[in-house]
Amino acid sequence: MEQLRTIGRELAMGSQGGWGQSKEFLDLVKSIGEARSKAEEDRIISRELDHLKRRLADPDVPRRKMKELLLRLVYAEMLGHDASFGHIHAVKMTHDESLPLKRTGYLAVSLFLDERHDLVILVVNTIQKDLRSDNYLVVCAALTAACRLIGEEAIPAVLPQVVELLAHPKEAVRKKAVMALHRFYQRSPSSVSHLVSNFRKRLCDNDPGVMGATLCPLYDLILEDPNSYKDLVVSFVNILKQVAERRLPTSYDYHQMPAPFIQIKLLKILAVLGSGDKQASGNMYMVLGDIFRKGDTASNIGNAILYECICCISSIFPNAKMLDAAAETTSKFLKSDSHNLKYMGIDALGRLIKINPDIAEEHQLAVIDCLEDPDDTLKRKTFELLYKMTKSTNVEVIVDRMIEYMINITDHHYKTEIASRCVELAEQFAPSNQWFIQTMNKVFEHAGDLVNIRVAHNLMRLIAEGFGEEDEGADSQLRSSAVDSYLRIVGEPKLPSSFLQIICWVLGEYGTADGKYSASYIIGKLYDVAEAHPTDDTVRAYAISAILKIFAFEIALGRKIDMLPEIDRNLSFLNGYVQQAFENGAAPYIPESERSGVVSVGNYKAQDQQETSAHALRFEAYELPPAASQASISPTTDLVPVPEPSYYKEDHQMSRSQPSGDSLSGEFGLKLRLDGVQKKWGRPAYSSSSTPSSSTSSQQATNGGVSSEVGGSTSSQARESTYGSKRQQATEVSAEKQRLAASLFGKADRKAQAGRKTAKESSSTEKVATANATPQPAKEQVIPSAPPPDLLDLGEPVSSSPPLADPFTQLEGLLGPASASPVVSETPASSTSKTPDLMSIFSDDVQTGVTSGSTEPSLGVNVVAAKKGPSLQDALQKDAAARQVGVTPTGNNPILFKDLLG
Amino acid sequence: MIQAVMVMSTQGKPRLLKFYSYQPPEKHQDLVRGVFQLLSARPDSVSNFVKVDAIFGPGAKLVYKHLATLYFVFVFDSSENELAVLDLVQVFVETLDRCFKNVCELDIVFNFNKLHTILDEMILGGQVIETSSEQIMRSVEEIARLEKQSNTTSLIPKSISERFSR
Repeated sequence: MEQLRTIGRELAMGSQGGWGQSKEFLDLVKSIGEARSKAEEDRIISRELDHLKRRLADPDVPRRKMKELLLRLVYAEMLGHDASFGHIHAVKMTHDESLPLKRTGYLAVSLFLDERHDLVILVVNTIQKDLRSDNYLVVCAALTAACRLIGEEAIPAVLPQVVELLAHPKEAVRKKAVMALHRFYQRSPSSVSHLVSNFRKRLCDNDPGVMGATLCPLYDLILEDPNSYKDLVVSFVNILKQVAERRLPTSYDYHQMPAPFIQIKLLKILAVLGSGDKQASGNMYMVLGDIFRKGDTASNIGNAILYECICCISSIFPNAKMLDAAAETTSKFLKSDSHNLKYMGIDALGRLIKINPDIAEEHQLAVIDCLEDPDDTLKRKTFELLYKMTKSTNVEVIVDRMIEYMINITDHHYKTEIASRCVELAEQFAPSNQWFIQTMNKVFEHAGDLVNIRVAHNLMRLIAEGFGEEDEGADSQLRSSAVDSYLRIVGEPKLPSSFLQIICWVLGEYGTADGKYSASYIIGKLYDVAEAHPTDDTVRAYAISAILKIFAFEIALGRKIDMLPEIDRNLSFLNGYVQQAFENGAAPYIPESERSGVVSVGNYKAQDQQETSAHALRFEAYELPPAASQASISPTTDLVPVPEPSYYKEDHQMSRSQPSGDSLSGEFGLKLRLDGVQKKWGRPAYSSSSTPSSSTSSQQATNGGVSSEVGGSTSSQARESTYGSKRQQATEVSAEKQRLAASLFGKADRKAQAGRKTAKESSSTEKVATANATPQPAKEQVIPSAPPPDLLDLGEPVSSSPPLADPFTQLEGLLGPASASPVVSETPASSTSKTPDLMSIFSDDVQTGVTSGSTEPSLGVNVVAAKKGPSLQDALQKDAAARQVGVTPTGNNPILFKDLLG
Repeated sequence: MIQAVMVMSTQGKPRLLKFYSYQPPEKHQDLVRGVFQLLSARPDSVSNFVKVDAIFGPGAKLVYKHLATLYFVFVFDSSENELAVLDLVQVFVETLDRCFKNVCELDIVFNFNKLHTILDEMILGGQVIETSSEQIMRSVEEIARLEKQSNTTSLIPKSISERFSR
């Protein structure tokens, strides 16, 4: 039935052809509407475009038909098809003297082209001519096109006419001329800056429409430079007053509101002009109060005006009465059923709390409702509000909420935004480092690819450096908790690359540090990571170097680990590459021992080599040197080219390949660790390993045994201690590294020992610095051991390390007044008493208002260091004190907030 | 500033596109698709505002109205008031209704040039210049009347008229 009716309508319209549409166009639209697939639609339109191309070029087409053809072209382009062949026809049509054709031409041109298009130059001339036309409609069409098409260079060509038109008798023309001038100003302020005074003049236009249009450019100008328009404050206030008092013609009424759009624009302007200006603001209070009083909360537009009023009040110099009115209206918005109004209410609240944070308190329920609302827009707006409200006391709840929401959204853009906000808040307000790391883990797990890589590096550094505490135990505890959590997470599919990098790095550094996990377990995990991400080279590199590090640690401790069976010791995977190199004419590798003229110390291997691969190039004459080198062990020490021996060994002796691996990983961060070595172990370490560095294979084997013994003996006490000392052992014992050190630093080594400081500066990591126990402020020491008192656990003041969430702290934090901190002095001893006065929360006689009363002289106490993680003790004090004073929301049943508590 | 006005069907077909800030033509369809996906995913009875900085750049918001088979979408930046723009959409729709007497989707499809005329009376260069639908109707009608007057000449084929004008 419905279809029949529409068909009837189509026929009626087709026959009547009211706006010049023909049957053909009708058919086109209909067939597109009936198209079953995109392909079919495309076919229809390209057929149509072919047809149009032919017809437009045909000189015998009636001009009226031309108009329709052009409109069809516009239609085709709107559907996303290229109609550029017709652009020139549109330009031609603007030259036409017939009004409908000219207007159609201008319409098409302004839809097809923009100021950068080549054809615009052809239109500028026409615009210029048409601006002088007697027919005001032609002028209007030209002005409309000018707004769209006149670029910076063309402005001077039309500017004189446009300025003239500002005084045109027709108000429609004046209005459009004002807007055209505004548009020119936006394009190139310098070219019209001398004409800006015209806008002021037009403000006094007797046509309200022109006056209203003039407010647009004035708003832009005032935004840029409010001070030069302060003299207009009184005029704007007067206009607003007249408008609000219905002095304008009733045709400007909209839903019984007098010219609401003009009112809104005026309020916007006043907000800018009154910002931080007490005198200017003083002029506005009256009229703003009037508008509030007359405010119509039943209609949409009435609320729009009220909202704009709130914005204005929150921007100008604050006035208590006005703020009360604004807060009252805001609460009406928040209580409304309409999502639109709730949205505006949240936005208004966000503006008002900047002036008076207490306002949020009474709306906490509404805010939480909005957070729970199925409407995504509202939810996001509320998160924006929470973001503005975050303090160190409520950061945990808010960030947890944000993360929870972040996990569930798919919109990448917003995910990035909210993830970076989480990071920002966590970095700024984190109550404890443990929490910080856990939060970062969550962010990385779910949005790792969207977060700046810098954040990942920060996190790694934080874990490595510890937190500037002298208490190494806390640091290592934190590290092992990080390791625990990463081992839990690492198996999950689809982890972001940057998170995997962190995981690999941490597992490599600290995976075996506390002895909880065996090296082979960690290596297995790391191996899985490398295996699971065959395309991500960075992750694989991280994983491999982490594996190597663990091997190095193990060797250092004298343990023997089984190499993973998967490792291809013959490097057969390189065969193809080698083959290719051969084909390209590369020379085959000649083992060092067989090269003529080179007497290497490395040829203690030569004995092995001789049997397998050396027949081709051996000459008897060179039998002698090995013996020679064997004889002279010590003198050659310093000359040893280090990498080669280790390389050989990898081929032959699996267990000894680890040191080589370590020297490999040493390329990344080794220098530093050597510093540490020298510092603590100094000369003895150095000399002990200097002996084996150039010995024969048998000697080396024994030496390896010795060194591992050393490692083993130290390990018992140093096992759980810092990374740094462990690292020292590693370096100390690993003969390869010693040699590398010797060859890299040579004699400078000893010098470096003296001037260790400079060496440290040049080093890239700060790990050693921590190991050295450089004095650091110890104020954050309390953190893990003193969480806020638990509500349910009255007798037990101190709870376990992850700070348990206290529902009241959270609530206070979330919505409590910012003045929570000033209260501290009231009960300085509250931290010792530790049992918060719970009754005061529930007793109704404690007034919320007390807060402001009792906040006098205490500011000195609570200048909390806003470093990462402010002292928890302070927070605790504040928290307890706040409760005693009754800052907590009084009348509200805590159960209502259980959603916030997770 | 208003950045774009879109009218699209609930199937995602564009019915009217007008951009006040420059958007390359090849991007238009992506924008339409992006907006449509956003809107079609929204349930009824939620707010009419959506942040669209992912589609239109930082700070961009849109207000939409779902009427019968059409979405009316206005995209704007932070200098406009959401509720007011919602009423602007209302003004636009009311004007259309006056113009077509019970406007339906077909009216809009066939007369999109008239829609452009109406919009040009309301918004110029991204700024709202007229918000009284009565006033808008008056201008539009006058344009129609004047166009009709001069319509008679346009029946002559253009080759002939060009010959005359030489």
